[in-house]
Amino acid sequence: MTVDTEQTTGQEGAEPTQKEPHHIWRMVAIWAVLAVVLDLLFYFLVGPHVPPGDMTSAASENQFDFTVLFLIALPVILAVWVYLAYSLIMWRATRKGVPDPVGGAQARTHLGVQVGWIATTTVIVIGLFVFGTVELITNAGAGGGEGPNPIWTPTSASVLPVQVIAQQWKFTYRYPTYGGFESQQLVLPNDTTIAFHVTSLDVIHDFWAYQLSIKADANPQLDNVAYTTTKQTGSVTVRCDELCGLWHGAMFNYGNVVSKTAFNAWAKATQVATAANTKLLPPFSWTYVPDANGADGGYYPDNVDPYSNNEVYGATPAKA
Amino acid sequence: MTLAAEREAGTEVVYPDPTPPVLGGFQGLPARPGWFSQHLGTAVIGAVLGYLLGHWLGNVVGSGYTNIANTGENSIAVTGGLLLGVLGWLMGIGALNYPLAKMVGMEPRPDYESTSWTRYLRYTADHKVVGLQYVIGVLTFFFTGGLLAMAIRTELLSPTSHVFGPGTYIAIVSEHGTIMMMMATSVIVGPLGNWLVPLMIGARRTAFPRVEAFSFWVFSAGYFVILSALFYGGFPTGWTGYAPLQTQAGVGMMSYLVGFAVIGLGMMTAGFNLAVTIINYRAPGMTWSRIPIFVWSILATCALLTLATPTLVAAGLFGILDHTAQTAFYVTEHGGSSFLWQNLFWFFGHPEVYIMALPGFGIVAEILPVFTRKPLFAYKVAAAGMVGVALLSFFVWQHHLFQSGINPDMRPLFMLTTELISIPTGFIFLVGMGTLYKAKIRFEVPMLFCLAVFFNFLIGGVTGVFLSDVPVNVTVHGSFFVLAHFHYTIMGGLIFAFFAGLYFWLPKMTGKTLNKRLGKIHFWCMFVFFNMTFFPMFLIGLLGQPRRVFEYAQNLQALNDFASVSAFLLGASFLIFIANFVWSIFIKPTEASTNPWNSLGLEWQTPTPVPFYNFERIPVVLSDPYHYSEDDAPPVADLGEGGLVTAGASSPASVAEDPRPPAQ
Repeated sequence: MTVDTEQTTGQEGAEPTQKEPHHIWRMVAIWAVLAVVLDLLFYFLVGPHVPPGDMTSAASENQFDFTVLFLIALPVILAVWVYLAYSLIMWRATRKGVPDPVGGAQARTHLGVQVGWIATTTVIVIGLFVFGTVELITNAGAGGGEGPNPIWTPTSASVLPVQVIAQQWKFTYRYPTYGGFESQQLVLPNDTTIAFHVTSLDVIHDFWAYQLSIKADANPQLDNVAYTTTKQTGSVTVRCDELCGLWHGAMFNYGNVVSKTAFNAWAKATQVATAANTKLLPPFSWTYVPDANGADGGYYPDNVDPYSNNEVYGATPAKA
Repeated sequence: MTLAAEREAGTEVVYPDPTPPVLGGFQGLPARPGWFSQHLGTAVIGAVLGYLLGHWLGNVVGSGYTNIANTGENSIAVTGGLLLGVLGWLMGIGALNYPLAKMVGMEPRPDYESTSWTRYLRYTADHKVVGLQYVIGVLTFFFTGGLLAMAIRTELLSPTSHVFGPGTYIAIVSEHGTIMMMMATSVIVGPLGNWLVPLMIGARRTAFPRVEAFSFWVFSAGYFVILSALFYGGFPTGWTGYAPLQTQAGVGMMSYLVGFAVIGLGMMTAGFNLAVTIINYRAPGMTWSRIPIFVWSILATCALLTLATPTLVAAGLFGILDHTAQTAFYVTEHGGSSFLWQNLFWFFGHPEVYIMALPGFGIVAEILPVFTRKPLFAYKVAAAGMVGVALLSFFVWQHHLFQSGINPDMRPLFMLTTELISIPTGFIFLVGMGTLYKAKIRFEVPMLFCLAVFFNFLIGGVTGVFLSDVPVNVTVHGSFFVLAHFHYTIMGGLIFAFFAGLYFWLPKMTGKTLNKRLGKIHFWCMFVFFNMTFFPMFLIGLLGQPRRVFEYAQNLQALNDFASVSAFLLGASFLIFIANFVWSIFIKPTEASTNPWNSLGLEWQTPTPVPFYNFERIPVVLSDPYHYSEDDAPPVADLGEGGLVTAGASSPASVAEDPRPPAQ
């Protein structure tokens, strides 16, 4: 598929003149050797380390995707570079014996070369499109935010929902299947399909869990869903990936993927330990309406009346 | 020989369209204005007065609102000040003389032929003066943005300790991005488009000279508007201005919104004027298959400028209303939508990306044949590619929103359109490689910049395909990978092409030769340090650093420091250009010959300096200007009595030195 373009470019362009070296075949030879060697080197040396690693299903699929794209892109880049380097050296005006160029109709256009070029690039592009679409659909959206109505969903029977709440300038996480408690730290069970429900309380943020290969914008009043399945335990870096104001650069935290039993133990313990706090939180919801009073110190919207003159925090008015 | 003298000599010539462009002006003003007339100084006075008036009015209007009273955060006052400031600037320079004079029934005054340097400080209908005004204008924009980039890289020298506070840093980042984007929309269309297009198509002027001058002066007003953000404490949104943050931001945001509206006005007028010029003002015989490829690229760009920019202006207006009139276009909890801004912005923003690519392609394709002594390969494919890019660019904008949370069903479609656009974009490589084949390549400074465009834009283009792939986009979206990608396309492509164009055409535009040795030093520094600055950023992004942050992972410090130091050196390389420019044009000028590169282009067949009316006679075009190294090449154009421009076998002698007919 990665037909080198010069092969077509030159074959017809090179009208055989006397003792003229076969420029095109030379270029093709240089290109082929370089392309094969560098592609192999990349595949075996760099391939396993391509970001974002293989901690989750989305990560390993995206890693595979990047590798495939790179293996195709490298020969294309090399084709142009080899051609440029060869022609700049071979046909520089200062080289002795460089023949005068020949203008005229044959130098202006060449149907075969042009059609060949267009056909080659079209085949590559359509191939990439098909590949990308298959990867996107078969991997449940490949870890990207699919909005409130996801159409590519995981096949797994049990999915753990985790809500990511972004606000200026921190991430917090709520676990609806554990009573909706809130955690400052992202903890996930291994070998589990996870549905991240990303939302925001103020401006647009972006939840980028690098090692999980999850990226989803956090919009106010929108539930942005992204899926992945964890494959390994380890730590996770979470960064905000959408400019969200003053402290955007400092909006990051860390998480952990732990074993299922460890996660269950942690979740149950935290649920109990934070029960008093959870009561004060607004009832779990996929989105939260920002409080009109939030700007002057409301930590959380009341989810009851965003425009009430009375600042009411929490699901129920605090008891005296 | 001037027109008048030739008329007296009794030469029998037909002068199409002999009426000089009318500038307007109030009766009673001197026909040949001195310092008491309108110029840059009066523009500044007008702007200051307009600003003060607008600010005062805004305070009067806004004083009734409790949320802005006594806060110093009165968006209405700032908006009013900026808008009336721009109006005062335009009135001060004389941009509104013509409509105002007509309105009160006065007779407009024709433009005069001036050779004084002060014409560069005035509102003028001469497209060559406007072109050079634009050169200074975009370079001012560019170097201002460049200094801000140096500040960003200074902050990123360390992952934790801070040179700037977070507020200052985010203001610098936003200001850098916005200034550079505003500059890049006009960087080639403004200076080279305005200067060259009439000459290339054999016209004496552009279709709407007043509109053309208007586009420059409104562009320059935009510079001060966007710069004013710094004095209001900056704005925190970056150049994309995403909405809830935009609504939340302080008055610095008004500079952004008004600035883009003002710049948008300049883009639309510039594009409209040049599009009409290209369609209607071509010389006899200048058919669509004979116009230089640069003109094709400008035409495609103009289509984007006129069609995409209104979306930006409208989106900016909504933002201004949200801030001043308490509307809720972008306020979700009041029934608006932050997605509205994202879609409107990128519906403009992605065509804009090609506004920043196509003129660069045009320059490269225009210059290559001159230094290879070969005809342009696949001219029709190149032209079709530019039109194709322009068309497709309206159907790709949602690839900026792949992770945004909009419904995902359109994602494969936008992945397809985005990847499809790489086909017509790739035509420039077909054209370039075909032209280089068995050529005789002269490594003059403009040629070096052109070749660098191929090197840089290839990397920029291929990484663009990575970004268009939705699964890979999950990793690279919003990271330094994106940042490296668009710096490779915009700076590596457009800015390198712009400098190719400057080194190529400045000898014609100014009549002075730029120093070749300094030019080569500038090129190599810029090329090497550009790549050293931005290539590591691909890795930085892949390793997980988001854009616009001031803190990053400890293990990325080595790469960031490498990029920072390279960026300082890249910045320093422009000092060589400035030195060359000042030295070669002002301090020790060397007169340039009329056609130093031995080009067949029509613009080179005029005397240097190019006369006020460009061509004494409107040329009759006989073929396209790419018949290099051809034995029986047809003449390019008939410039008048005996003034045939012929190609010959790559010899300079056959090109007429002075195409004008000999004086009787």
